[in-house]
Parts: sequence; structure tokens; C-alpha cells
Amino acid sequence: MTPISLPLTPETIEDLRAGEAVALSGELYVARDAAHARLIALLEAGQPLPFELRGAVVYYMGPTPTPPGAVIGACGPTTASRMDPFAPTLLAHGLAGMIGKGQRSAAVTEALVRHRGVYFYAYGGCGAFYASCVTSNRVVAFEDLGPEAIYRLVVRDFPVIVANDCHGGSAFYEPA
Amino acid sequence: MTRELDAGLLFEPLRDALLRINVELPEDVVRALTAAADRETGPAAREVLSTIVRNIGIAREKRLPLCQDTGMAWVWLRLGDDVRLTGEPAREVIHRAVEAAYAEGLFRKSVVADPLFPRVNTKTNLPPVLHVEFVPGDRVTVAVMTKGFGSENKSGLRMLLPTATPDDVLNAVIDIVRTAKGAPCPPTVIGVGLGGTMDAAALLSKKALVRELDDTHPRPEYAALERELLTRLNALGIGAGGLGGVTTCLGVKIASMPTHIAGLPVAVTVNCWADRKAVIEL
Ligand code: SF4
Repeated sequence: MTPISLPLTPETIEDLRAGEAVALSGELYVARDAAHARLIALLEAGQPLPFELRGAVVYYMGPTPTPPGAVIGACGPTTASRMDPFAPTLLAHGLAGMIGKGQRSAAVTEALVRHRGVYFYAYGGCGAFYASCVTSNRVVAFEDLGPEAIYRLVVRDFPVIVANDCHGGSAFYEPA
Repeated sequence: MTRELDAGLLFEPLRDALLRINVELPEDVVRALTAAADRETGPAAREVLSTIVRNIGIAREKRLPLCQDTGMAWVWLRLGDDVRLTGEPAREVIHRAVEAAYAEGLFRKSVVADPLFPRVNTKTNLPPVLHVEFVPGDRVTVAVMTKGFGSENKSGLRMLLPTATPDDVLNAVIDIVRTAKGAPCPPTVIGVGLGGTMDAAALLSKKALVRELDDTHPRPEYAALERELLTRLNALGIGAGGLGGVTTCLGVKIASMPTHIAGLPVAVTVNCWADRKAVIEL
């Protein structure tokens, strides 16, 4: 498994190929439906975003409550296609990567090629496993959204598969 | 002779079953997943399956939920004709057990008060979906599942013609699984409900999922249909995580009932590999 450090550099993104298993270390930003709507609203209003988008990787996830003394609860990926309407705009503004489960729309995979981004598949349902890869977890924006707020995670050896790369490659199987 | 049973006796076993199934999968499902990991040939799907097997171990050891989507509780109460429930209303006991399990287990509360107006979280994971059925005898049986929505969103229904052949039924089910691709966290377990009215077929597709993964349908023609469906679904090649592989489904379970001369309802519940279920008998 190739180790990859976050945030992503343009050189790293160019090297990634669909189907490759990689282990991510560094920072991830957790954002789901409501947080995405707000990020887009900020961009449209010409306002600054609560975190640096350039090189950033967003993780589509909504954890279980954190047990006492732990860093995070179960934290596997959620279905990525729900964020498809927002992803091309974020990619155009510098977002480098996304992590989720399931296929993306054509608009998203085209935006990955145009803006040189990557979509990683995280192992669906493996919430307990991923909890053991997270070393820190704090809210960075939209605290009022509760579990839908934006969180910054630091992860170590967080395994994913390159699902859609910036060359138009896809790891998903297309049933006949 | 009527047997009197205090409905309050349901609380502990139901709460404990919910606490357990979100953390530990039933043995039949673990066996099927381990076997699938051993025989997988697709490189990415192999990674998915071996991670699922590791996830099962970590969840059990650390007492963490297997998956962050700890589901909507689905409860099917079968009440014997010769039983009279006494004390606290059974509905209230069931609600209390669900609420207690989701609070104590630190499970995610994923239920909103209304599908539209307003979509606010009830913060208790209440209400569960509750079905009650009258059956002969003096037993009370409660089947429970915690249903994740990555897979539920890919469930579907087809109203076929009364002249539909077994092959048409197969194709309807295959079509639903094919369009779901990798979204429902394959390898999936497929519940198929045939007959009745539209709603009855949908309910049968859930009840079918309560069966043990490695059991055999009591009627040979349906047992054959289940085997055939499983083979053809796996031949789709979707594989674990949708990344291409030999195991798309762990099992297919069919339940049927009488229907109208003019139709053939076919309902499919797609369940993910996190096939969380338990049966309690009192
Ligand atoms: S589909 Fe099932 S395994 Fe996948 S995230 Fe949802 S509940 Fe978890």
C-alpha cells in the first residue's frame, strides 16, 4: 500500500491511478450534505471558506457519538453521490480530493479530470476499523450543525482505494 | 388456555439484542463474509472483504458499532392467539427498549420526525418501524433488524404481469441489484417478497431477511429459485464495494403469499453486508 501524505500536492495527484490501494496520513475535513450547501453559499457570496481548500481532502462521513476517552466513534464513509451537485464547484476552487463510497456522476468525474482531483473509495461500513486510524478530531466550522458540522481529523495510515483518478480512470466495475 | 405475559418482559431482551447486533454480526453472516474473503479473486474486492473481516474483529473487541449508520430499528412482533399481553402497552415497551439501546450503545441517532415537514432529528432514534402479526399458538416472537439506508435506498418494487414467468421474476430482481452497483455496500443480502398486495410484498421482502443465511427454503421450487438468483447476481461481477469481484451477494431469501389473479408484486429489500438481525422468543 503506497503511503500518501495530506494535504495532496499536484504531483501526488498526477501519480495516482484508479484501483491502487493507498494509505493516507495527515489532515482530512469531514463535511456532509448541510455543510456542503453552506460552503457553496460562501463561495457564491465571495466569502472566505473556514479552511484552506487548495490541496484539501474532504471526507463524507457522519460518525457515531465519541465514547468517553476515545478520539472518535465509528466513522466509515457515507454515500458520495449525495454530494455530487456540490463537488464540481469545490474542485474548481481548489479542492484536491474526496473520500466516500459508491460511484460519482459524470459531472464529478469530468471535473476531476478538468481540475486535477481524485476520488478515493473508503471501505463501506467499516466504521470501527476507521476509528482506529484517527488520531485527532476537532470542529472547525458550522458548529451549530451538530454532527453535520465541519470537523478536522488527523489520520494515520487510513487505507483507501483510488476510485476515480485525474486521468479519467475508474476502479468501479460496470455490470453488463 | 390463554397464557398471560407481562409485556415489560420484552424490554431487556430487546434492548440487549439491539445493543449486540450493532456491534456483533450474527455467526451465519460472519461465516459467509470470511468465506467470501477467502475465495475472492478481484484485487480491490479482496481488500474490501479483508477490511470488513478486520472491522468485525475491531468492533467486537472495542465494543464499537460495526458501522456508523446504526440504522432505523425494524421490529416484527408475532403474537400467539393464545397469549394475552398484560401490564405496560407492548408498543411503549418496544419504544423504551429502542431508545435505551441507542443511548447506552452510543449509536448514531438517524431518524427524522417527518420525511418532509419538518425533517428534524428525533434524537432518540424513535420511532422504530413496527409490524404486528397474529399467529397460532401461545408464543411471542420478536424479530429485529437495524436497517442502514445506504442499502435501503437501493431497495425497489416491480408490479409484474400475472403471466410473468419465474425468469421474469429473476430479471426484475437482477435489474434492481444491477442498478444499485456499489452503493449498498456489497456483498449484500437480498430479501425478495412475492405476491399479496404492493405493501404486503414489501413487508415480505423484509421478513425474508430474518431467515438464517445458510438455511434452505422449505419449498423445493423456491429453494431452486434462490440458488439460481444467487448465482446470477454474483455473475454480475459488481463485487465487494462495487470494485469488481466474484461475490456481489451473500444470500437471497424469498418469501411469498397468495396474490390477486391479475398481478404479481415483486419487492426487493437490499441489505448491506452489515446484516444486523436477531430473533427473541418469549
Ligand atoms: S449500507 Fe450498511 S454497511 Fe454501508 S454504510 Fe450503510 S449501514 Fe453501513
